[in-house]
Amino acid sequence: MTTATLTRASSSPWRLRWRRFYRNKAALSGLIVLGLLIVFSLLAAPLESFLEIDANNADLLSRFDPPSAQHWLGNDELGRDVLVRLMYGGQVSLAVGFAATLLGAMFGVTVGLLAGYFGGRTDAVLMRLTDGVIALPLLPLLIILAAIDLTKLGFSTDFARSGAASFYRIVLIIALVDWTRIARIVRASTLSVREREFILAARVSGAGTTRILVRNVLPNVIAPIIVACSQVLGSVILFEAVLSFLGFGIVPPTPSWGNMLNNAQELVTTAPALAIYPGLLIFITVVAVNFVGDGLQDAFDPRAN
Amino acid sequence: MTLYLLRRLFGMALVLLAMSFVVYGLIGLMPGDPIDLMVMSNPGMTAADADRLRALHGLDQPLIIRYWRWLTAALSGDFGFSRVYARPTLEIIGPALWQTTKLVSLTLVIGSLLSVLLGVAAAIRPRGKFDTIVSFFSFAGISLPTFWLALILILVFAVRLGWLPASGMGPSDPSSLWDSLRYLVLPVSTLVIANVGGLTRFARSSMIETLRMDFIRTARAKGARSARVVWRHALPNALTSVVTIIGLNFGTLLSGALVTETMFAQRGLGKTIYDAVLGNDFNLALVALLFATFATLLGNLLADLAYAWLDPRVSVT
Repeated sequence: MTTATLTRASSSPWRLRWRRFYRNKAALSGLIVLGLLIVFSLLAAPLESFLEIDANNADLLSRFDPPSAQHWLGNDELGRDVLVRLMYGGQVSLAVGFAATLLGAMFGVTVGLLAGYFGGRTDAVLMRLTDGVIALPLLPLLIILAAIDLTKLGFSTDFARSGAASFYRIVLIIALVDWTRIARIVRASTLSVREREFILAARVSGAGTTRILVRNVLPNVIAPIIVACSQVLGSVILFEAVLSFLGFGIVPPTPSWGNMLNNAQELVTTAPALAIYPGLLIFITVVAVNFVGDGLQDAFDPRAN
Repeated sequence: MTLYLLRRLFGMALVLLAMSFVVYGLIGLMPGDPIDLMVMSNPGMTAADADRLRALHGLDQPLIIRYWRWLTAALSGDFGFSRVYARPTLEIIGPALWQTTKLVSLTLVIGSLLSVLLGVAAAIRPRGKFDTIVSFFSFAGISLPTFWLALILILVFAVRLGWLPASGMGPSDPSSLWDSLRYLVLPVSTLVIANVGGLTRFARSSMIETLRMDFIRTARAKGARSARVVWRHALPNALTSVVTIIGLNFGTLLSGALVTETMFAQRGLGKTIYDAVLGNDFNLALVALLFATFATLLGNLLADLAYAWLDPRVSVT
């Protein structure tokens, strides 16, 4: 081995991680599929104008129309184009997934950093809280949270009934329960980072606690955070789907892969294809996300396997 | 040991207390305040009448006082009434709890047997052909939306093949055991498929780890047959951590049960919560949620106790 390769390998742990990830066939195909799904959802508006249709336009005369040149996957129970609704639904489902994961990660990182860095009583209280939330039956709890009447919180009726409100609400309530895993992982990494010499050096040179946490600890726990987020994302997408399906998430007419199955129990007898497409897309997305998460885990922490 | 149990039970009580307070507070933010509903349905009612009614039911008191009243009543066994059924909540929750227990215990028995068998078989040759297949299917199981899985099972086995009923709990006076069991086949299958993936992955990795240990090498060296090494020496050791994960996943299992019960119209605890929230019957929802939480915490505790009992190296203190 020459010195050149040695320095190159040690100069960038990110390149090393990417190389390990790239070699993992399942993870790489997961990433590609995820990319394709994002492209698929983003093509909704262009396809809509290309085919000269409107995804929210109900047309009761063309209910359950079979696939045609204009409606490639046919029409749903209200005569709306299934394909375009699947694409818009993808935008909503993926956006909720990423947003709720990011927001939950913010909670989780804060809790994990504080617990791991300060230790002692802070750690005990915060970790008790985390363990408490992990143990809860989350779906029943989320359903009760989702039933909160936004007008009683001082929002206007117009806002409370809007699609935007249902989007923010579902992102927030999922974030309220999905931070726990991230918090535990961040805490564990922080525990080992805080004993390192450069933290001591920072403290000796007079850096405040906030500065140490943000500038010194956080960059060193970023890898586990990314891995944890990728592993949480799949379950978040599933939560959005089931909540929207049960009628507590994204409110129609805004489509999401979950609420497109609202009437599916009747559809299984009349138009089974309509009951299959959205669920299949959720399934493919979550499989892809989980493959990526597993690949990131292996790439970032090869000793774990 | 007694001290440990007392501490755990105290912790459980604390979680339930915190949860009941938070959810009780949230109920004030739910739609369909009973007095509001009365005002809306009766135009002759004045604001003064509404205030009088509020005072009569103690609804004008601050939250903390109302909660205290609810709590003291609950501690003496009075969990209040359901608005929709106009019956004590416990009368509704009792049968629901039994239905969910049936579903969940069948799922646990079948699911853990299946996942241990698959996990062990996959762990014997890691990255072998069988392991790859098992890993793929466990991944699929984890990634399946439970409600969609239920839909597909209904579509295939109830609508297309017509082998099993699509929903319901069967006749109240079943003519045979099968008559009542066949209504459980699809819900239990859904729950098993949804949960077996994660368990199998865990059983597999726990078993691989155990098979790498020194005492396994010793067992092989002294000439124990391969099957004996796997089932007699390795499995009991790998099982301990599987038991823990089953206990820790109890909350997830109950979440899954909510979906399954809703899809198959089984009046269990989960469907009770779902229907109660839809029908603005929030007292019933709160009490049912507390029962679900209690069941989850109890599952966690039992798993920890079982872990200590199965693994003498662990002592609960």
